[in-house]
Amino acid sequence: MKGVSFGQYYPSDSILHKLDPRTKVIMAVFYIVCTFVCKSAAGFLALTLSALALVFISRIPLRTILRSIRPLLFIIAFTSLMNIFFTQGERRLTPESWVISIYVEGLWSALFMTLRIMILIVGTSLFLTYTTTPIALTDALENLLGPLKKIRVPVHDFAMMMTIALRFIPTLSDETEKIMNAQKARGSDLSSGSLLKKAKALVPILIPLFVSAINRAFELAAAMECRCYHGGEGRTRLKVLRYRTRDWVAMLTILVFFAGIFALRYVPWLYIMG
Amino acid sequence: MDKIVLDHVSYIYGAGTPFERCALDDVSVNVRGGCITGIIGHTGSGKSTMVQLLNGLAKPTSGKVLLDGYDINSTLDELLVAWKDREEYAGLSRRAAKKAIRAEMEGRRRRLCFRVGLVMQYPEYQLFEETVFKDIAYGPRNMGLEDVEIEARVREAALFTGVDPSWLDKSPFDLSGGEKRRVALAGVIAMRPEVLVLDEPAAGLDPRGRSFIFEGIRNYQRTTGSTVLIVSHSMEDMARYCDDVIVMANAKVVMQGARREVFAHVDELSEMGLSIPQITTLMRRLRARGLDISDNVYTVEEAMEAVKRYVAEGRTGGELV
Ligand SMILES: Nc1ncnc2c1ncn2[C@@H]1O[C@H](COP(=O)(O)OP(=O)(O)OP(=O)(O)O)[C@@H](O)[C@H]1O
Ligand SMILES: [Mg+2]
Repeated sequence: MKGVSFGQYYPSDSILHKLDPRTKVIMAVFYIVCTFVCKSAAGFLALTLSALALVFISRIPLRTILRSIRPLLFIIAFTSLMNIFFTQGERRLTPESWVISIYVEGLWSALFMTLRIMILIVGTSLFLTYTTTPIALTDALENLLGPLKKIRVPVHDFAMMMTIALRFIPTLSDETEKIMNAQKARGSDLSSGSLLKKAKALVPILIPLFVSAINRAFELAAAMECRCYHGGEGRTRLKVLRYRTRDWVAMLTILVFFAGIFALRYVPWLYIMG
Repeated sequence: MDKIVLDHVSYIYGAGTPFERCALDDVSVNVRGGCITGIIGHTGSGKSTMVQLLNGLAKPTSGKVLLDGYDINSTLDELLVAWKDREEYAGLSRRAAKKAIRAEMEGRRRRLCFRVGLVMQYPEYQLFEETVFKDIAYGPRNMGLEDVEIEARVREAALFTGVDPSWLDKSPFDLSGGEKRRVALAGVIAMRPEVLVLDEPAAGLDPRGRSFIFEGIRNYQRTTGSTVLIVSHSMEDMARYCDDVIVMANAKVVMQGARREVFAHVDELSEMGLSIPQITTLMRRLRARGLDISDNVYTVEEAMEAVKRYVAEGRTGGELV
């Protein structure tokens, strides 16, 4: 927790960082769809290469990205095993006499599933969390969902709530750490004893945390009122989002890529999922 | 021997991330036991980081923190080697020994917190109990003391920090900011630590509140003979209450030693943006004008003494005005 701001935003000045956040949201959506429509070996090869290319373009160390996959290793392993053991197919690998039946098709679909999950995570986090600040992301969503205001969806208010929540996550996490340290300095014991004892040991941390969060909320509300905040009506922005040439190029690229992946579904190289 | 020694200590926040920041850079410090040491430095110079290393809450990235000559951050493997010959671990397998040592380390960590009491910057936020009494008693209770002893310690700590006995049954959330500060302070003093570390104990208080807090701390130090470290921005407070001074700038310790020695480097201090006490500046100016008056003067009281002596001895030289 210490010293790392919330989310995985990794500052750098790559082209991916510079793209308009709306472009990145749109690209992320297309990229997700790509991973789902993909079902041939050729398609997955292209996807894998594209993910590596994205990592390269974003100039984020591969190690950092792999670290974000680690929490999902269990799910990946679990899905792979399920696929290996429970996919029925035609080319059986284990002898007929064995109870365990493993088919070539199962191995392929395990490989595809693993790739799909990993590429999904790497792709979305590269477009969204690593290269876009959470605040820029909410701005983009507010803008993209703007048309919904016509049917009276309070898009601005939701976005403001999101922004505030995101803004205060690092503050609260710093504060939790500070309070934990203060109570540890008074000898509170958080790690030993029964579950009930551990839960009780949390009280000295949670109470100050809630008190300060509530105070903060009141102060923020007062500060916003003092500046005459009254919702999104007629509000102008400090940072106006604008599409530039590079955004149009990026969107064209992802469209072409999407079409390519779609075409690769029918390329009979090595294997195509049924 | 020095009570606390920092031996080539470095501390890096967020090591290995793009937000990496070196808060302490190869710092070596010796703190004498039984006196008050002040730590001064401009904002962001690493003072708070340094004091958090002293009770093991934060571990230095490199270097050692010694309390009474013992490394407070010995690792499991070091202890395993060092304790190989100890009787109670003799019959145990390596794994069982590790487990026993780990339990003992956790116990040591807590005992260290009781020995080195740390009052963090703006400690008001740590209050949580229903009553002030219970809150001050939180530390002593964690030490596993008897109720009678706890009661005695709470009252003693309240006396040192000026917590009014009538507050003891109130909720800590009903107190003012300055009053909460005193309660938080009492919560640490009640553990009767042999080393008391305070991070800006008087920040944001009025002059009377400030001197009250500092007097209380000095009282505690004089009564118990403990070692006290105070982080402060105010040179005047340092001059008045500290025996030794450590000056920090840009993650390094640039000066340390007795108050007198450190304040002698006026020019370097003002270069760093730290002013020496006003009264010292005044006395130095007088001396510069040719008055044969002592300029080793750091408080108004001392200045009055010096002027009296000057007048009584009827020395002359220079013009007063
Ligand atoms: N939790 C943290 N994560 C990352 N960096 C930190 C953290 N805490 C402090 N720092 C950085 O370490 C440096 C030293 O901070 P520290 O809090 O020790 O300063 P300080 O001397 O106590 O300042 P002040 O007088 O303002 O309290 C600062 O530059 C700060 O930005
Ligand atoms: Mg500080």
